[in-house]
Amino acid sequence: MTDTHSIPNHYDMPDAKGRFGDFGGLYVPETLMPLVLELNEAWEDAKKDEAFWAEFHSLLKYFVGRPSPLYYAERLTQHFGGAKIYFKREELNHTGAHKINNCIGQILLAKRMGRKRIIAETGAGQHGVASATVCARFDLPCIVYMGALDVERQKPNVFRMNLLGAEVRPVTNGNGTLKDAMNEALRDWVTNVHDTYYMIGTAAGMHPYPVMVRDFQSVIGKETKEQILELEGRLPDAVIAAVGGGSNAIGLFHPFIDDDSVKIVGVEAAGHGLEVYNGHAASLNGGRPGVLHGNRTYLLQDDDGQILEGHSISAGLDYPGIGPEHAHLFDTGRARYVTATDKEALEAFQLTSKLEGIIPALESSHAIARVGDLAKEVGKGGIVVLNLSGRGDKDIFTVANALGQQMGGL
Amino acid sequence: MSVARIDARFAKLKAENKSAFVSYIMAGDPDVETSFEILKGLPAAGVDIIELGFPFSDPMAEGPTIQLAAERSLKAGTKIAQVFELARRFRETDQDTPLILMGYMNPVENMGYEGFANACAEAGIDGLIVVDCPPEEADGLSDALDAADVALIRLATPTTDAARLQTLIKRTKGFIYYVSVAGVTGVKEVDAGGIAAEVAKVKAASGLPVVVGFGIRTPERAAEVARIADAAVVGSALVDEIKKSLPENAQAVTKVLETARVLAQAVHQARV
Repeated sequence: MTDTHSIPNHYDMPDAKGRFGDFGGLYVPETLMPLVLELNEAWEDAKKDEAFWAEFHSLLKYFVGRPSPLYYAERLTQHFGGAKIYFKREELNHTGAHKINNCIGQILLAKRMGRKRIIAETGAGQHGVASATVCARFDLPCIVYMGALDVERQKPNVFRMNLLGAEVRPVTNGNGTLKDAMNEALRDWVTNVHDTYYMIGTAAGMHPYPVMVRDFQSVIGKETKEQILELEGRLPDAVIAAVGGGSNAIGLFHPFIDDDSVKIVGVEAAGHGLEVYNGHAASLNGGRPGVLHGNRTYLLQDDDGQILEGHSISAGLDYPGIGPEHAHLFDTGRARYVTATDKEALEAFQLTSKLEGIIPALESSHAIARVGDLAKEVGKGGIVVLNLSGRGDKDIFTVANALGQQMGGL
Repeated sequence: MSVARIDARFAKLKAENKSAFVSYIMAGDPDVETSFEILKGLPAAGVDIIELGFPFSDPMAEGPTIQLAAERSLKAGTKIAQVFELARRFRETDQDTPLILMGYMNPVENMGYEGFANACAEAGIDGLIVVDCPPEEADGLSDALDAADVALIRLATPTTDAARLQTLIKRTKGFIYYVSVAGVTGVKEVDAGGIAAEVAKVKAASGLPVVVGFGIRTPERAAEVARIADAAVVGSALVDEIKKSLPENAQAVTKVLETARVLAQAVHQARV
């Protein structure tokens, strides 16, 4: 149980300054520096505490419902006619996505630090719902910053958060999406420095968030490794996941980084197409390095260093940056990053619903859109594991709208 | 000139037993030409040091007023090169007033540290404040600025303890900017009595002038700060005058300069 925080044999990123090669770091206003350094100390301390991990794993088992199954997607495998495709079923977790793994870890850390108030940012609302859920469970007030446009697009999740006792604050600054929500959460933190814990939802932002969120999410890859050894008696040939900020992907990838035989593939959102200016959310394939929200990483930006909004049909991938560890894996070539457009994700969404009886999140649908190529590349007799990071119930309105169907009084 | 220009200005004011009045405006707000008109009028209005914001799309430490100023500037199409051009034109009209550029890291990264530092020096900019660049990440930028004789100015805050202060004052030149409230710009109000001891500590540790900003909107607050610090900064209250005047740009110039004059007077007379 305590090996959740163990480091693989060779790969030992980040360094003490929170650097993954050229990426990561600590770019925050001075008011926040003492808090971020204190958080890092608290995290380093908790990491060594077996009781902390015992409580984490107990909650994952009894509250979240882990381990999530590793499921052989037989009909999708037949459909593509290549390697066997397995789904890591993160969508079966409590609250319907991988986001809860991280929130359990962070709420335990917040309690340990004696914080009295939790703030979070959310795009589609999945991290907001997971944050509201753990705050209800641990009796802490929760304020969720959400872009005004997203509040409008994701009403069911806003209702869920309210039901769980959280206060959702719509953010009208900027364009009213995830990056603006993150700016506003940072402004709250800088204003309420003494009692507030900022629960970041992805493996990005300032050190130690990228490494901490990765370590909480790497339960996904560790379980996958055990399960595939049990089912197939060997490691997979490839693992694949969708990448926005990149927490579900790094959670699956990290335990496989030292396994050279395992191909690692991330799928970025190509939106309307990589060739469309400001029309996609592919920070690696269509951006360049810069500094935003506390870390150096690949960003969507214009020639003058102003951040672009980007676009994806999936609100969870609609972010102009990416976690710094992905930037590092991209630069070193250990992982490969491909893209899928809105249209391809929509097709994968429908295909998986019909073939597997599973409605995947639009985020995960981006990975599914590329898994056929990967299964063919690996070939018959091979094994590919895909992170089915979330369920698609939240996306039915978006999909209906994109398909030109009305959903009446829903 | 650069760092020396900042030192000379503080030396002069010290000889007169005056605190400095520092004004902040955003370059390109509401457009480049109007902000030039404001910029060039500030010294005559009594401004001793000018902070010129360069716009960034995601200004995470700013309150609503400066956020909107950045939005207006970017909407008007302001480029970072035009910010340097503004500074250069200002320098043709005034050789003595220190000019400090203030903004966020990504536009600096985008030009490269050397490129940005050299552009500062060529435009007659004397100092640089980068809100999201703590000492831990500043070595490369410090090297480039040192080579160009431009001061990297750091912020100390209410969360800064004695140990942290020692980290902050290394490689700082010109002055230290003390952020008077934990929060974003222009929202909470400064309590001059409450921060006097902290300001004195920062001054003693750094041996540099201490400039106080973030919560000063009125002549009364500015005067209170002037009594306990080497300078008082006003930003949001000036930028608000631009917003209130729009779309009358000429009126924005007049209003900002009038407001600056009243604030400058309050600061300069505070110790009399």
